Amino acid sequence: MKQFQYTRALTQQSAIEAIAKPGTKIIAGGTNLIDLMKRGVTAPDKLVDINHLPLKNITATKTGLHIGALALNSVVSENSLVLQKQPLLSMALKAGASPQLRNMATVGGNMMQRTRCSYFYDTTMPCNKRAPGTGCGAMEGINRMHAIFGTSDQCIAVNPSDMSVGLAALDAVAIIAGKKGERRIPFTEFHRLPGDHPELDNHLAAGEMIVGVEIPDNNFAKNSYYLKVRDRQSYAFALVSVAAALEISNGTIKNARLAMGGVAHKPWRLFDAEKALIGKPATEDSFKQAAQIAMQGAKGYQYNSFKLKLAPATITEALKHAAGLA
Amino acid sequence: MTKGMSRIDGRLKVTGAARYSAEFTPAGMVYGVLVGSTITKGSIRLIDTKAAERAPGVLKVITWLNSPKIAGYQVEHGKPEPAKGTYKLFYNNKILFNGQPIAVVVADSFERALFAASLVKAQYNADPHHTNLRDNAAKAFAPEGDGTTKRGTEDAWKTAPVKLEQEYIIPSEVHSPMELHAIIAKWDAEDKLTVWTKTQGVQDTRDGIAGIFKLPKENIQVNSKFVGGAFGSALQVWPHEVAAILAAKAVKRPVKLLLGRADMFTSVGYRPYTWQKIGIGATADGKLVGITHEAIGQTSTYEDFNEGPIGVSRSTYACPNVNTIYKLAALDIGSPTWMRGPGEATGAFALESALDELSYELKIDPIELRMKNYASTDPESGKPFSSKFLDEAYKLGAEGINWKDRNAKPASVTKDGWMVGYGMGGGMFGAYRDKAAAKAILMADGTLIIQTAVSDIGPGTGTAMVTIAAGVMGIPADKIRFDMGDSSLPLAPSQGGSATTATVGSAVYQACTDLKEKFQKLIGNGGTDHPDYAAILKQHSLPKLEVTVESSGGTERDKYAFYSWSVHFIKVLVHPATGVVKVDRAVCVADSGSIVSPKTARSQIVGGAIGGIGMALMEETVIDHRYGNIVNNNFADYHVPVNADIPQIEALFVNKPDPHINPMGAKGMGEIALIGMAAAVANAVYNATGKRVRELPITPDKLVGMDLELS
Ligand SMILES: Cc1cc2nc3c(=O)[nH]c(=O)nc-3n(C[C@H](O)[C@H](O)[C@H](O)COP(=O)(O)OP(=O)(O)OC[C@H]3O[C@@H](n4cnc5c(N)ncnc54)[C@H](O)[C@@H]3O)c2cc1C
Ligand code: SF4
Repeated sequence: MKQFQYTRALTQQSAIEAIAKPGTKIIAGGTNLIDLMKRGVTAPDKLVDINHLPLKNITATKTGLHIGALALNSVVSENSLVLQKQPLLSMALKAGASPQLRNMATVGGNMMQRTRCSYFYDTTMPCNKRAPGTGCGAMEGINRMHAIFGTSDQCIAVNPSDMSVGLAALDAVAIIAGKKGERRIPFTEFHRLPGDHPELDNHLAAGEMIVGVEIPDNNFAKNSYYLKVRDRQSYAFALVSVAAALEISNGTIKNARLAMGGVAHKPWRLFDAEKALIGKPATEDSFKQAAQIAMQGAKGYQYNSFKLKLAPATITEALKHAAGLA
Repeated sequence: MTKGMSRIDGRLKVTGAARYSAEFTPAGMVYGVLVGSTITKGSIRLIDTKAAERAPGVLKVITWLNSPKIAGYQVEHGKPEPAKGTYKLFYNNKILFNGQPIAVVVADSFERALFAASLVKAQYNADPHHTNLRDNAAKAFAPEGDGTTKRGTEDAWKTAPVKLEQEYIIPSEVHSPMELHAIIAKWDAEDKLTVWTKTQGVQDTRDGIAGIFKLPKENIQVNSKFVGGAFGSALQVWPHEVAAILAAKAVKRPVKLLLGRADMFTSVGYRPYTWQKIGIGATADGKLVGITHEAIGQTSTYEDFNEGPIGVSRSTYACPNVNTIYKLAALDIGSPTWMRGPGEATGAFALESALDELSYELKIDPIELRMKNYASTDPESGKPFSSKFLDEAYKLGAEGINWKDRNAKPASVTKDGWMVGYGMGGGMFGAYRDKAAAKAILMADGTLIIQTAVSDIGPGTGTAMVTIAAGVMGIPADKIRFDMGDSSLPLAPSQGGSATTATVGSAVYQACTDLKEKFQKLIGNGGTDHPDYAAILKQHSLPKLEVTVESSGGTERDKYAFYSWSVHFIKVLVHPATGVVKVDRAVCVADSGSIVSPKTARSQIVGGAIGGIGMALMEETVIDHRYGNIVNNNFADYHVPVNADIPQIEALFVNKPDPHINPMGAKGMGEIALIGMAAAVANAVYNATGKRVRELPITPDKLVGMDLELS
């Protein structure tokens, strides 16, 4: 491992100044960054520890819920405001990693976690994301965990976050700070598709940091569910996961939110399927139709074609749970 | 709560006071880190170690170019290099598998050694490689030893009125013990060596090192008091151990070498990927007519690893016609090795699945089918079994799981949206008894010390030995000290093949019996069954009294066939939409003679069952055959079961002594705890869904692809 500097930022301002220098990286919980450094995937010259910044609070605002970028995954998942207003987020968080990891992992770090594609992690392998221009090891390799939506001929990796799937479904907004001040991006536009630049995971510009997320208040608390299908019951990344949120009145769907994980380079929001659900009865048939719509444009690779069946099945199941039918 | 003694080392283990191989610090110790080959086959063209040698704290970089000659590797002058043998570290520039060590870097700290290792750069001449068994099955050859056999008529199953032929595949699995392999090597003199290493047998490791380095055995001291699981991965001297010993000599300081988790996939063996085909036929009323069991297992190019997965088909059921064909495919991968239930675990997945398939064809209950073909004498040798109460085990297990709740029609039961199914599968494994010695010393203060060189890789050997000694001597367990894991102690074989309790336990039993007799003699005629040992010593002005005995099986081994038996009963829930399988209940029954130490026996069964569930549902080493490297060489991607995957496992024991094996009547149970489990799960999945998964592991993708629905 290469020698690097470590500094602790005591103010947001000093953190932003520090990350302006190339080769500098933020460290929060360190649960992803340290692994990447150990494997030689990234080798920063300098780490800026932001854990002492006052960005841990979870507060109710007039229009929603504000969660600081340094709030721990475990704390957010148990927070009473979150449980009461946005139980879907709590469910998504609890489906991720292990209690030990969630005790270290932060909201900002979780949004920024990199793909788990094994070719990305193995520096002896080709990978356009890690080393642009070297090719994609997964495209014709072991791609069982890989994407079926929004892939490019450069990269077929998935974003591994569960939390982000929940936040994407809930219309969250990412709050970002840089030299020029703060800006807000809809969560669904925070992460990118690989396109011709698979090395970029998201739209955070150089020198910017995440300071928090906001979730607008909604009426989904009663009927939401996060369903994660994985190779073991806990501590495994999603084969496919679905965040489903419904507003049901007299058996009719008034409003719906759906997002999928484990299928794309970003949390995959299912806008068309949501639209199709509105006005429909909250029945398995409606859910199945929505799931079919959701699958338009999906494309499988050698080892992940099973997702073409698993994804719609999981959408239907998640909606059934959200509606109280399962 | 199970009765019996709790682990004697439990407190040491949970408080961190137990010291494992990597946790010693002899004065002046430095650190070795291995560099692995990034190609799969070929040769090293150039290896540049300059940057590593210049890196801070580096003492030495050893490669094939500068490695001291290892005496045991050398071929006698004029003789050709043998085609096969064990892998020889730094012997030449040949690359035989991905991850093969090409250098060891020694530095004054682990971090510095690790960093310097990343600076070693090799250039290779790569040759085309072969790592895929399926593509290379045609080139498979029959190994020496157990393999192609025939009893009765060949392929007789084909003549049976009810028959089937199916293929079964198990992927390669890695042992994945929690404790990583580690060694500390310290040369005490030019030809005297002490090592602390993870091993299942300190004396076998000593003898192995003696052979490789051509040292007198008595000059080598091997210590391994605590082992954090091994499952067969520590039954031989591995290249990393040779590297540490070599490096320690080169730098004239003790060297510690710890494998990383990724190394655990390439450096200490694995269960080989195996393709099997079973043809099985029966009469309409369920009498077996014939079994043909064919298998091709993977091995390396430099060693023939023969684990005999077809043996189960010869000895499990009373079947007149059995023929087996076993071949090895030599691939450009490191050698496989023994892994819990070696051979039988693989074979039983095929046989016990096939029997289940046959039961549905015949419309006969799977237990009834097994009872109709119950072997009362060993069908292979014709000898009587030393003991066999498998029929009782079936009953116990069937009651335990409520077998009567099973619906014989597959895919017909659901509960809360999940498909429900029951399955069973059995296991068998030879009940061995080797030679071992033990020393029993009664001290002036009344403490009993038992010494033998055995290792305890986790089953609770110390606890079992103390239980045996306490029983014979009538001394409370807390007054007994058990010394082990030290090669200078009395003879003991490696812990493997489920033979430790039967073998070493017999020596302990005998030593204590003889010691007690010595005391009885001292007292003379008025002896009691519970003598006050300390008082007798005092009375006779003796500081202590000791005996050393050697014990082994005798002619009984010629007269009887010795086996332990198990049967596993499983209830699964399968989600029809997502293909997720949950093991809802597991009842495992062992017929392994007397249970010496009930608590640790129970945890043996539970541990084996968990290993079996892992084998059934998630474990699989995945190779990218384009490169020949393992892509899931870490615990995030290679899945072993976590708590959420495991229900309460009920361990039941027939607990009837085997009258022939040894004085305790105890047979082994380490292997049978796992053997048959994977089939039991697969059979339950079939009962739940009507879909048969013949290639492990049974992951959601496979079931989703089969379109599950109620029949
Ligand atoms: C074995 C294992 C299993 C896991 N399983 C799951 C799972 O099932 N589901 C799941 O969702 N996750 C899983 N994770 C991932 C885990 O959720 C992430 O590692 C964690 O959320 C990262 O948060 P952190 O605070 O530790 O980030 P760090 O490791 O500290 O940082 C990660 C990245 O984010 C950047 N960063 C951190 N904070 C900020 C900020 N405020 N602004 C800008 N950049 C920032 C860092 O520079 C770095 O590049 C798993 C991880 C492991 C190791
Ligand atoms: S899928 Fe993306 S991350 Fe994986 S190897 Fe291809 S380019 Fe790299």
